[in-house]
Amino acid sequence: MSMLQRQRQGSASVLYDIPGPRTRTRYRLFGVLALLGIAGLLWYAVSALADNGQFDADLWDPFQYNFVQQMIVDGLLSTLKAFGLAGAFSLALGALLASGTLSDHGPVRWVCTAIVQFFRAMPLLILIVALYYAFFAKDPMWALVLGLTLYNGSVQAEIIRSGVNAVPRGQGEAAYALGMRKTQVMSTILVPQAVRSMLPSMIGQLVVTLKDTSLGYIITYNELLFMGKKIASQPMNAAGFPYIPVVLVIAPIYIALCLLLTALARWIEARGRRGANRRTSAAA
Amino acid sequence: MGFLFEQDNFALFRDGFLQTIELSALSALLALLLGTLLAAFRVSPVPVLRAFGTTWVTLFRNTPLTLLFFAVTFGLPPLGVHFSHLTFAVLALGGYTASFVCEVIRSGINTVPLGQAEAARSLGMNFFQTLSLVILPQATRTVLGPMSSVFIALPRNSAIAGAFSVGELYSAQQTFSERGYSIFSIFFWVACAYLLISATVASLFRFLESRLAVAR
Repeated sequence: MSMLQRQRQGSASVLYDIPGPRTRTRYRLFGVLALLGIAGLLWYAVSALADNGQFDADLWDPFQYNFVQQMIVDGLLSTLKAFGLAGAFSLALGALLASGTLSDHGPVRWVCTAIVQFFRAMPLLILIVALYYAFFAKDPMWALVLGLTLYNGSVQAEIIRSGVNAVPRGQGEAAYALGMRKTQVMSTILVPQAVRSMLPSMIGQLVVTLKDTSLGYIITYNELLFMGKKIASQPMNAAGFPYIPVVLVIAPIYIALCLLLTALARWIEARGRRGANRRTSAAA
Repeated sequence: MGFLFEQDNFALFRDGFLQTIELSALSALLALLLGTLLAAFRVSPVPVLRAFGTTWVTLFRNTPLTLLFFAVTFGLPPLGVHFSHLTFAVLALGGYTASFVCEVIRSGINTVPLGQAEAARSLGMNFFQTLSLVILPQATRTVLGPMSSVFIALPRNSAIAGAFSVGELYSAQQTFSERGYSIFSIFFWVACAYLLISATVASLFRFLESRLAVAR
């Protein structure tokens, strides 16, 4: 049981006793002080923004125009397109590289391990920019997608590999004892179990992929953040550059998308655990 | 490959390299301090602080780092906050990494056996004593592994700062590209520099792990 669950249930936590009346009063005092402190910080931030005129209607005016709204939707669609392509390709590349690093043939294993280690150690931005200048100067989307695929594919390969290694040894040995080939053992016994246990981590890496599509901003790919910059750098009226409004509009979109994916991972994890429990209870 | 040793290219590359290290080190320091504080918030008995820690982590972990750099670089100057580009980058990168550090420390705290904290409390220690004298020293050991991946990722993420006017390795790469040198040789040298940094951080953590290892 995790500590948070324990706290939610109101029973004793690992770190502190169940509070008595005086401690409860003290905690309440701390709570009020902390609340005042946080409220003060928030108030300071909001009033600094307001004093600066960041909440003036004029500055938010651009968002009323249809073409600006269309730009945001287009940016979101480009982000999702790059994410979809990079996510699918990176899973495919990850599976390929993972089977390479688990291969029985030395040279295949060495080459795949070297590829995985190299791309994991490389800053994604450097990779994407190099691809952009070298091959895709006219089409930044493919530089972004290819860079994301190489980096995230390597990470996915490591996740899948550690998942396969974490399957109990008896599973593979039993399959070999039944006379299965290595390919059969892998594809029918080890990989299905590995994917099941590793799915949350794989989706976690997809969240990273989604966040990293914003690197497209730097190579002028028309994704959400780049569109935001476009909107912010062309003031429509005398109110000035709406950089802060743009951030306040775009950040929640990214956060919502990531939280959706994370929720999916949690749901799958919960489902997997339920299934595993059912199986063990049936076996016992 | 030899272009690095022509004209003043090496000086530019060296400055970029040092700037990357400076930026990474400062951000790592900020992330470590802020992350530990946030982790303490997240396990504290005061619900308001717990909520604050959770909100921070949710917001910063799910925001793209590029967007954070964008917000800090373009959002703060209009509010009258004028720091150097390096300071802005440290704020963005440190705040972002702090949320990951917080989660690593929190999961480390959860792995310390229950009896340890119970023993500490039965000796009459309060929350802060339990945390600082008993739980955190033990959590540090289990945390080193996941922490090393956070701090290996940090210098790699710092490359984004180069796109926001910090003169580090990425901007050195940009300048070399503009001077018309071959992309591949530029990429080779920049890749070497980053591999060197990651390898150094990784071996530092391996050293710490071997130093701190105890039989339990």
